[in-house]
Amino acid sequence: MADITSSAARVAPDQRHSGRRWAAAFSAIGVVAVAATTAGVAASGATSPHRAAPAARAHAAKFLACEVTDTGGINDESFNQSAYAGATEAAAINHNITTTYLQSSSTSDYTPNIDRLLAKGCGIIVTVGFDMANNTSAAAKANPKAKFAIVDFPSTQKNLLGLTYETNQDAFLGGYLAAAMSKSGVVGTFGGQEIPPVTIYMNGWVAGVRYYDKVNHAHVTALGYVPAAKSAPGLYAAKSGEFTNNFTDQTLGATITKAEMAQGADVIFPVAGAVGLGAAQAVKSAGAGHYMEWVDTDGCLSAKQYCSLFLTSVTKGIATSVRDAVLSAYNGTFHGGNYTGTLKNGGVALSPYHDFAHDIPAKVKAAIASLKARIIAGKINLDPNAYPAS
Amino acid sequence: MSATSGGRGAAPVGDEPAPASEPGVTPASGPQAPWWSRTVRLFGEANPLVLTVLAMLSAVVLGGVLIDATSTTVLHAWSRIGSHPGRALSLTVTTVADAYGAIFTGSIISPSAVSHAVSTGKGWTGVFTPLSETATYATPLIFAGLGVALGFSTGVFNIGAQGQLIGGALAALYAGFELHLPIGIHLPLVVLAGAAGGAAVGFVPGILKARTGAHEVIVTIMLNYVMIYLLDYLLTVQPFQQPGQTNAVSRVLSGTARQPHLFGSGLSVNLSFILALAMGAAMSWFMRSSTLGFSFRVIGSNPDAGRTAGMSVAKVTTLVMTFSGLLAGMAGMATLTGTDFYLSSPYGGNIGFDAITVALLGRNKPVGVLLGSLLWASLEYGAKNMQLNTGIPVDLASVVQALIVFFIATPLLVRDIYHLRQTGARGVQLFTKGWSG
Repeated sequence: MADITSSAARVAPDQRHSGRRWAAAFSAIGVVAVAATTAGVAASGATSPHRAAPAARAHAAKFLACEVTDTGGINDESFNQSAYAGATEAAAINHNITTTYLQSSSTSDYTPNIDRLLAKGCGIIVTVGFDMANNTSAAAKANPKAKFAIVDFPSTQKNLLGLTYETNQDAFLGGYLAAAMSKSGVVGTFGGQEIPPVTIYMNGWVAGVRYYDKVNHAHVTALGYVPAAKSAPGLYAAKSGEFTNNFTDQTLGATITKAEMAQGADVIFPVAGAVGLGAAQAVKSAGAGHYMEWVDTDGCLSAKQYCSLFLTSVTKGIATSVRDAVLSAYNGTFHGGNYTGTLKNGGVALSPYHDFAHDIPAKVKAAIASLKARIIAGKINLDPNAYPAS
Repeated sequence: MSATSGGRGAAPVGDEPAPASEPGVTPASGPQAPWWSRTVRLFGEANPLVLTVLAMLSAVVLGGVLIDATSTTVLHAWSRIGSHPGRALSLTVTTVADAYGAIFTGSIISPSAVSHAVSTGKGWTGVFTPLSETATYATPLIFAGLGVALGFSTGVFNIGAQGQLIGGALAALYAGFELHLPIGIHLPLVVLAGAAGGAAVGFVPGILKARTGAHEVIVTIMLNYVMIYLLDYLLTVQPFQQPGQTNAVSRVLSGTARQPHLFGSGLSVNLSFILALAMGAAMSWFMRSSTLGFSFRVIGSNPDAGRTAGMSVAKVTTLVMTFSGLLAGMAGMATLTGTDFYLSSPYGGNIGFDAITVALLGRNKPVGVLLGSLLWASLEYGAKNMQLNTGIPVDLASVVQALIVFFIATPLLVRDIYHLRQTGARGVQLFTKGWSG
């Protein structure tokens, strides 16, 4: 009941009443003193906000490159982090550029964060993900002189650059490699959420597996994603598939991975940001003969501890394209509209094979190299429905 | 619980180090003590106001230590304290001062913006932006905080504000894009739909507790998951999903379902803030003056007494959960119709759980919830300014927030740290009863 603490308190004065007056006086003084200090603190901070700013900042930076993260945060091992890495690369190339970012803890943060950065005078504001598309587009409309770039969403505005990536191209190569390296004849994938930036990977990857079967008369099965028979161009809908519905739950990632391995899969391709770390843990504990492919970034750089498991990584050049957007905004060559990353312009790519450079047969490497050339030439159909499923 | 025996008015002890063993005993010299002495004495008492203020100050001081301890510049200066002692000390102070200063100027008012506006006559919008944003951030917290506080003060633990918020947002969204009416009719309907959606989600644990004894903590927590994943699902099917999208994004509210801005489009504060204040006033009146509110309070402090007096505990439990859900649902309605205009998943950030904090901060009183929400919101929004201007990560502001809650939740600790006198039965008490209450 509510009185437990009060009765305890009631005993207290008897035991130490002798010092009460002084204690009271001191606490009163203490309150006033601390309050005064805080007020002073607030006032001093208010009048000279830059006094203790780091030395680097003191040279009045000429150009500020800013990012608003989505709710995943700046260290999401995925697109928020990659985009900021791109801005940082630009700053390393040109020392007049400095970077800053604001994290969003909910969707209600998006617009206020963009507004704050506008008020701060950012030379370019990079927003991340389709979730912020409405807010970014509205801000670009309301501030025609400001420059914006958005990751993973197309644009129709002059001062907004939409950065999209045809990751089904390199995922196709990844799927081919997975099928070629599978001993069990079963490979598996799963996604973080059923949204185009995720399903485009899975779509291309499954197409690559099926293509491998077709040209090699093999029967490798892909688990975790069944493409819809027909979907609107660019939408890559799933008929069914495994999705974690978040990009953070590593335990769930491990659970799905174990389930797919229980069905015989020996190569796993998680398309779910940091959830993939859980998959890596499960693949590692499954022991020799189980591999995976990392997504978005080169796993041997971003998740080093698991490099020995990664056949390759199916990467998406977010960092490079953001870096170029920042540099173009700085140089005055910025144009709105769309940038599409492809195998051709290097905006998407299969990463080096790292630890598997010797284990992957030369024949497979050659097949992937020629496949890449033919995808660039537009001679390969990337639609999984073009090939029979086994 | 006895009412005010030995309260602050009754025990303004005089010059003697009072040997009183009973706090209710008033020494003869008491009323004659000068007013300033009595005022000063108030600061030494463990009354709720002093405890709250001291809890916040403790958190601010500890947070300052953390800010310093994580600043490479400060640490570097300290590593060279032998050669430059002054620099280490001044950096220690200025780093913390700049951090808190940035939170203050970012969330309340910025003197430089004021002087700019005064001298140029322009930029008054910028002067009021921080306050407006703080109020906007606080709006859903006030709603949800009131809901949680209503439950706490009636002995019902509503941990399901997040789910009820989503229920309210979904209902408001549906009414917001499906109906086509003039704003004077549409907006009130959307507000009601939001309230009804939250109330429906709150009703479930209420009736389950009343009928079957199922514990509301478990049920509300599980309902949070139900609502979170229901939202996930609904956002990918018609009629909720935005046509032409495969992303989990909802349709957008009609213009007539949006809250009008109070001071022009440049400032985000909108009508839902006034609604939140009105709900606070309504709850305050309800708990104090209405018959039903009285039975809420009676059953909150002693269900057996209520039952003996002929009150229906089952009915009150159900009603409390429903009202609590209604208020949390209005939080979802407020973010949807006030700032977001569409839903995506996950929705509502951490509002449903921050509401618990805010209710504790406000000691379950409507005015307290209002002040707690404003404080919480100013820290949230001000932290952005801190990150932008000082490079200190937003996460450290969250640590300060957590520390405030820590000290608020441990009044005995604060009382002992500052050697406060306790003020009788009502001085220091638990804010809520145990889970099994």
